[in-house]
Amino acid sequence: MKVQEKEKMAKKNLTALTGDQAITEAMRQIEPDVVAAYPITPQTEIVMGFSQLVADGKVKTEMIPVESEHSAMSACVGSSASGARTMTATSANGLALMWEVVYIAASLRLPIVMPVVNRALSGPINIHCDHSDTMGARDSGWIQVYSENGQEAYENAIVAVRIAEHKNIMLPVMVCQDGFITSHAVEGIDLFPDDKVKQFIGEYKREHSLLDVENPVTYGPLDLQDFYFEHKRQQVEAMGNALNTIPEILDEFNKTFGRSHDLVEGYRLDDAETAIVVLSSTAGTTRVVVDELRKEGMKVGLLKPRFFRPFPKERIMKSLSNLKAVAILDRSESFSTLGGPLFNEIKSALYESDRRPLAVNYVFGLGGRDIFPADIKKVYKELEEIKKTRKIRSLISYLGVRE
Amino acid sequence: MKDILEIRWHGRGGQGAKTAAQFLAEAALDMGKSIQAFPEYGPERAGAPVRAYTRISDGRIDTHSGVTNPDGVVVIDHTLLEAVDVTEGLGDDGFLIVNTSESVDFIRRKTNYKKGKIAVCDATKISLETLGISMPNTPMLGALLRVRPIVPREVLENEVRKKFLKKIGEEKTEANIKAIKRAFEETQLG
Repeated sequence: MKVQEKEKMAKKNLTALTGDQAITEAMRQIEPDVVAAYPITPQTEIVMGFSQLVADGKVKTEMIPVESEHSAMSACVGSSASGARTMTATSANGLALMWEVVYIAASLRLPIVMPVVNRALSGPINIHCDHSDTMGARDSGWIQVYSENGQEAYENAIVAVRIAEHKNIMLPVMVCQDGFITSHAVEGIDLFPDDKVKQFIGEYKREHSLLDVENPVTYGPLDLQDFYFEHKRQQVEAMGNALNTIPEILDEFNKTFGRSHDLVEGYRLDDAETAIVVLSSTAGTTRVVVDELRKEGMKVGLLKPRFFRPFPKERIMKSLSNLKAVAILDRSESFSTLGGPLFNEIKSALYESDRRPLAVNYVFGLGGRDIFPADIKKVYKELEEIKKTRKIRSLISYLGVRE
Repeated sequence: MKDILEIRWHGRGGQGAKTAAQFLAEAALDMGKSIQAFPEYGPERAGAPVRAYTRISDGRIDTHSGVTNPDGVVVIDHTLLEAVDVTEGLGDDGFLIVNTSESVDFIRRKTNYKKGKIAVCDATKISLETLGISMPNTPMLGALLRVRPIVPREVLENEVRKKFLKKIGEEKTEANIKAIKRAFEETQLG
């Protein structure tokens, strides 16, 4: 009741913003000490908007306009290690160019928050949405959260600060949203009051600051056979801690802002026999299709993982355990010839499960190829066949491609 | 079934199809509706055919795919009738509004759009006479409201004021408002 009232009141104060502008607003409220960034489509609007805020004196952030993404992430590493709350933002080839430093940021345990506007990697040259950029970075040691729309991107960016800086975690976070599809679509965004956001994220005090001359520390030294392995082991431990700690932080976020964020989000799964698992904006379109098919009497559901790193294995296994058949939709290709990354991790998790549905994979939407409700219906119809026959005709399919 | 109103805008790069789609959406947001406004990004060049979309609903809008079956189409540049199929996916109960000095009958023959509603408005002329430049996107909003009262005209005008006042000053903003009003009045329905 109380939450409903809150939402009703909030509806009057919605602001028309693109997904990129929503991120800029989050950054304005977070007001990081340092932002080092280089513009790239479709992230450009974020950096442009934030630079404007700095120029207008609306935030006290030190903005470092660098000459490349490699330099952007390098500047972020230095800044974060010195104890400054640090953010950047990127897309696709920009993320690819910062690659080696992306790994360094995670291994130095630097809580950098980086909105990533998902875009296809070249080549051929393409500026539109798919998840090949961040999926390629899935083993870099960053936490990854995927956003369905501008509202979620905004909220994820705020909560990401708390997750990254939590003493049990201390890992950088990518806040992903779909390039153009949500980054350039104007929607009504419910912005939280500035002071409430500031209060929620609190002050950042780094325990081992590079600039603390009283307690000198070393960052990024040579670390060979003697200790490198232990450091990697600790990174894994931190990611495991994140899995346990993120729900606590989300809980506090939910209580503060009247939301219901979780590691994964299920929709009409309770009595579902078949379901689709998909990240980001396509989860929204799928939800509409679920409602339509439910009206026709089909027992269908949807699972939207919000966090992909750490991988919420238990939650996903539990969510899918009552299903007869599931389709995992991937917006990126792994070229293993065994399907996309989301499919393979979920399939691997299901291997341990006594009650597991038959699982198939659909790769879709590469390079921004649109996915329509009709495509999603086709997947549910195929799942219905699998449910009836208990036979998989095609393990990996390509949705909406010319074969 | 259709509880979401979907409008498709056809223009050429630089003519403000995206802005028009957004103005309409923001006016609807002021009315407490859920909205989406987004352009279709292709190769962005001034003069190239572009499409933009507006979605408006009383309920949630979760769909994030493109609009395939719009309720209405607004064509900001009539030369596009030669270049793109502006009635693609438009049903018999839909509407087509074209910025042109030609008649409704002419547009019906030209587009072969037989059953739906067609409206014409010489928005370029109105724009030249009120603003002194060819910027037909704002008057076409007036034409649209004449065909379908999606939002009250005052709400749209306030939205235009809110957006334009700082950017282009009072005189030009009021000229835009006048253009919307004239387009609303001068639109011919068929």
